[in-house]
This record gives sequence, structure tokens and C-alpha cells, in this order.
Amino acid sequence: MPTPAEQRARAEALYTRIEAACERPLALMEVCGTHTMAIGRHGLRTRMPAELRLISGPGCPVCVTPGADVDRAIAMAQEPGVVLATFGDLLKVPGSQESLAQARSHGARVKVVYSAMDALEAARADPATTWVFAGIGFETTIPTIAATMLRAKLQGVQNFCVLPSFKVVPAAMGALVTGGAAKIDGFICPGHVSAIIGLEPYGFLASEHGVPCAITGFEALDILEGVAMLAEQVQQGRAEVENQYHRAVPPAGNPAAMELVYRVLQPCDAEWRGIGVIPGTGLEPAPDFSGLDARLRVPVEIPDAPDLPAGCSCGAVMQGLMIPPECPLFGEGCTPARAIGPCMVSSEGACAAWFKYGGA
Amino acid sequence: MSTRIQLDHGEGGAASARLVSQVFLSRLGSPEVLEDAACVEGAGRLAITTDSFVVRPRFFPGGDLGKLAVCGTVNDLAVMGATPRYLTAGFILEEGLPLEDLERLVSSMAATAAEAGVTVVAGDTKVVGRGELDGVFVNTSGVGFLPPGRALSAGACQPGDAVLVSGPIGDHGTAVMVAREGFGIEGELLSDCQPLADLAAELLQAAPGLRCMRDPTRGGMATALIEICEASGVDIQLDEANIPVRRQVRAATDLLGLDPLFVACEGRLLAVVPGHQAQAALDCVRAHPRGQGAAVVGQVVTGSGRLSLHTAMGGRRPLVSLEGAQLPRIC
Repeated sequence: MPTPAEQRARAEALYTRIEAACERPLALMEVCGTHTMAIGRHGLRTRMPAELRLISGPGCPVCVTPGADVDRAIAMAQEPGVVLATFGDLLKVPGSQESLAQARSHGARVKVVYSAMDALEAARADPATTWVFAGIGFETTIPTIAATMLRAKLQGVQNFCVLPSFKVVPAAMGALVTGGAAKIDGFICPGHVSAIIGLEPYGFLASEHGVPCAITGFEALDILEGVAMLAEQVQQGRAEVENQYHRAVPPAGNPAAMELVYRVLQPCDAEWRGIGVIPGTGLEPAPDFSGLDARLRVPVEIPDAPDLPAGCSCGAVMQGLMIPPECPLFGEGCTPARAIGPCMVSSEGACAAWFKYGGA
Repeated sequence: MSTRIQLDHGEGGAASARLVSQVFLSRLGSPEVLEDAACVEGAGRLAITTDSFVVRPRFFPGGDLGKLAVCGTVNDLAVMGATPRYLTAGFILEEGLPLEDLERLVSSMAATAAEAGVTVVAGDTKVVGRGELDGVFVNTSGVGFLPPGRALSAGACQPGDAVLVSGPIGDHGTAVMVAREGFGIEGELLSDCQPLADLAAELLQAAPGLRCMRDPTRGGMATALIEICEASGVDIQLDEANIPVRRQVRAATDLLGLDPLFVACEGRLLAVVPGHQAQAALDCVRAHPRGQGAAVVGQVVTGSGRLSLHTAMGGRRPLVSLEGAQLPRIC
């Protein structure tokens, strides 16, 4: 382990490298909430050159979960004989009328779990109740949920199912680039997601769209090195997928995990909150696993409602079109205590990060 | 006596009397006659505080509810510069609580009171039905004596002052969270729960210009310092590289998505001292068995009541009060 002084020295060397490579205005987007939080926590923005902006993309799974899926989860939790199990992050995310936490306070049966396996175990211990697990997450979380679904099927657990609201990341990054919204000069690619999917899925961003990519770890020094690699690609006129995080990300990712995911789930279109439907960016149970699809097992009616609360700019924030303090609600009507939009509610949301770390 | 608390133990009859005598008085000390109020010696200015304790689990690595109930109140007196002398203890017990648990808690309370130099002079017990509370809640009130002229205040800090913490932060909150939830985290992580009156008294000798002290419990070090900034109308700049955080606390809080700056301590002293007394204060605290991991972590500067952090990576960020409970993250 390098000493704190050695780490600081390395950081200073990377600041110098970034400064030297940054010859024109650059906007680099991170698409992982853990990066968003780390950039804020270490105050890295305060040390970037004036021309270099670090912007946040749709990197937080709960932020991009559409309001309709929150409404659906609430409706399921209100059905007799049903318990809705979820990661804690989703609890406070607003649906069109209320959040799961609010619904729970007036009777909906909502349980926080730390893994899908915990929800399956709870279901096995409670056969009279149907346990619905809220299946949200990116490629990092999806394999463990797929593994749980496989186990449920093999064990013949009849009272467990999953509400699918999964998202895959690289195709959504492509949509941000082709959508012509924000000008993105490089992607700080998510290290954990990449450990599962490897390098190849990002290839089209570099080869077809000319956007440099750097798969990046989560320590401050990782992020600084990723930023330096991207700035240098731009400076040298290159667009490649580089791997800063090779200590955790093998080039091929984790093929066994991906194989499991595509054994249990199949691609579908997905709605990203505030952004809209992006073709091919979702996953739902494959035909053999449709018995685990909560949408079929616990049919519910949900109201037709706007995707985001009135006045909320989370869609623009997650596409890099706006930084959180530019939203008229930021810090005024919308704070972590009285959050209006999902990016302020989620602990890894871009607005929550800007509020907590002061845009540092 | 039965092995579990029953509603009769709170009814004021023979069962109550047995509980009081066999569980409480035998451990906490007994007056010759039980009166309706304790009458004690005292003169001059008093510091008085009260606090309720509801921690779950009631036994955790490095402490328990009984120890916590003494430390929390004693430390609130100590950081005002008072010498803690008397405690009262109110217990609300759930029907069905194992008597053995209660005995362990009261024994722990007695040992901690002796360590802190306080006497438990009054108490009360109530029993509520099963399911009406989680096992046992304890309230303690404390009385301490203040020497003439002692006037520590969060509003007294000035530019040029130094901020000192007596040891690694976040141990208690992390140890309890890990004990409560498991999370599959291995390794020895103890609460820092300890009485601080002796340390505070020595620090006041070593740094007579001391402005104020806090024991950073709920909300952790950052929240306590934000209150000081606002009360004094000054800014405090913390230096992350100098803030002591144990490796296990860092690992567990990283895993849970928490910031150790906002995680509770129950045995750490936070002190603001004039800059020229900072070294003497640090030497004094480090020489004390309860303060060996002490460090100067920040400086008071002119400003408008804001706390900020110079990060270990050379960046800066403001530290603002957290909102609500922190929930475990999903990725």
C-alpha cells in the first residue's frame, strides 16, 4: 500500500498530465454513480483545468428506473398476500403518486433486503406469501439476480418472482452520443460493469462514433488516470477503448456471468427515466423463466402518469445537458430532505452528489 | 425470581421490590432507606443533561446499552468542562426480556459508572407489554459540577484556533451497524464507547484557553463541527490526510456507502483550542490512555459558518449536514 503522501504525489503527477493534455474544451462523462460520488468526495473537480468538465450521465440504476416501474412495485406491494422486496436505494424514489417508503407507511408490504438471494430465502421461509423482488440494476447487479432466478427455478420455489427493470449500459451510452444531445468528448466507463461485460461492448462508441473510452476504477487515482487517458486520446486524435482498471477488468469480462444472464434473461426495449425508451437496453425473463416474471404472476393496473414530477430536470441532468445546480428546483424546492426528482433521492444520484459535495 | 421480565415487575409490589433490590441496588449501590428522591451534596454552578438510549443490538463489540447509557451522559457533562458526579437511571423493560440480559446491562452500567467517577443516585423501572418496545430502553440524567468561571461554548471559537480529535472516528457507529446487520464483514471492530471525563479534565489543564469540546455522537465529527462553525460564525477547514480513521472502519463504510466523517463516536473528544496551545493539547491527549490516536485535524479561519474538507487528493469540498438515515447502496 502506498502511503498517503505517495498517493498525493501520484495525484499531483496526474493533475500535471491532465493539464498538459487538455488543449481545448473537453466534456468527459461518467456513467456510474460510484464514479459520480468518488469525484465529489475527493473534490476532483476543483483540480481540473478550467476547460475540462466532468459531467454525470445516467449512472445510477435507481435514478433511471421509470416512474411506472415504481408505481408497479407499489401496486404489487398493496396486493393481498404479496411482499415486495427491494434494495434500500429504491425506497424513497418517487413514483407518480408516492414512493415505496410512503406506500409502506400506509400499509403496503415492503421489505428491504441486501441481495436477491435474501429475498429468495425469505420466500422459502414464508410459503404462504408471494415475494416479489424489485429487479433493478445494471450489469453489475443483474448476474446475481439471474443466479437467484435460476436457483428459484431449480428448487421449484413457487412463491418467488422478479419485477424486471434491468438496464444494460453500453447501448444507452450510444443513444446519448447519437441522440445529439450533449457533446461528449470521452466516456469514463464503469469499472464494475466492465468487469462483467469486458471491453468489446464499448467498441462501437470508439470505432463508429469516435468517442474515446477509458474503463476506470473507483479510487481517486484511478479516476485521475482515466481522465488523463481520455484527455490524451483526444489530444492525439485517437478514439479507443482503453482499460485503466486492468487489475479488476479482464478484456473478456466475466463470460460465465454473461452466459448465466442470457440463459435467464433476454433483451428487450427499456424506458430510462427522463430519457425515454432506448431500444435493446433492457432485459426481461426468457420464455423458460416467464414463471418468475412478476408482471405475469401479480398482474396490477397502474395509472397513466407523467414519468417525472412537474418541473424536474433529472432527464436533462442524466443526459449531460444540464448540471444539477442549473435546475431551478436544485437546493430550493428539491433537497435530499424534500427530494422531488430521482437524482436527488438516490444516494448515488448526480443531484445528491452535487448537493452533498457542493459540486466539488 | 423468574428468568424473564414480567409485567408484575413493574407493578410496584413485591415482584418490583425484588427486581429493584436483586438487580439494581445490588450492583449500583444501595442507600439505607429508599426515599422518593436522592438528596445529595453540591454547591455552585451545575451542569445537567439527559439522554435516552435505544441501541440495537443491546450487546455489541466493545460495549453494551448499559455502558453506553453511562458514557453518553457522562461525556455530555465532561465536554462542558464539568466534573460528572451523579446519574439517575430510568429503565423501560419489555415483558419477556431475559433477566440475565438486564443483569449484564446493570453490571456493565455499574462498572462504567465506577470508571467514570459517578454515582447512580436515583432510578426507576417500568415494564411494558411484549411488542411495545424492543427489549429495553434506558434514560440517564446526569449532574456535574462546574468550577467558577468555566464557560466553554460552541460559540467561542476564533480564527487561528486548531481542531483536535482524541482518536480514530466512526468506530462506534460502524461496529454497531456491522453487529446489527452482519454484512459478512469479518474482523475485530470495537465500539470506542468510553467515559471521557478524566481526559477532558487533563486537556483543560494542558490547554487553559480551550474554547469548546464536543463528543461527536449521532451525526459524527462533521455534524458536531458544522454546529460549531454556525455557532461561532467561523469556517473550519479539515485536512483529510490528518483525520484518523481505522482501516476496518474505512473498509466497512466504503462498502456501505457511508462517510466516516458522519458516523457516530461514543468515546472521542473533539476540542477547539487556541492555535498556540494546540501542541500542548495534542501532547496531553496522546499521553492519556483514552487519547492515544489523537490528531490535529483542522483549523478555524475567518468565514461565515461553513465546514470544508481539503481532501487527501488535493481537492476541496464543503461538508454539509446529512439528511435522514443513510441506506445501504446497491452497487
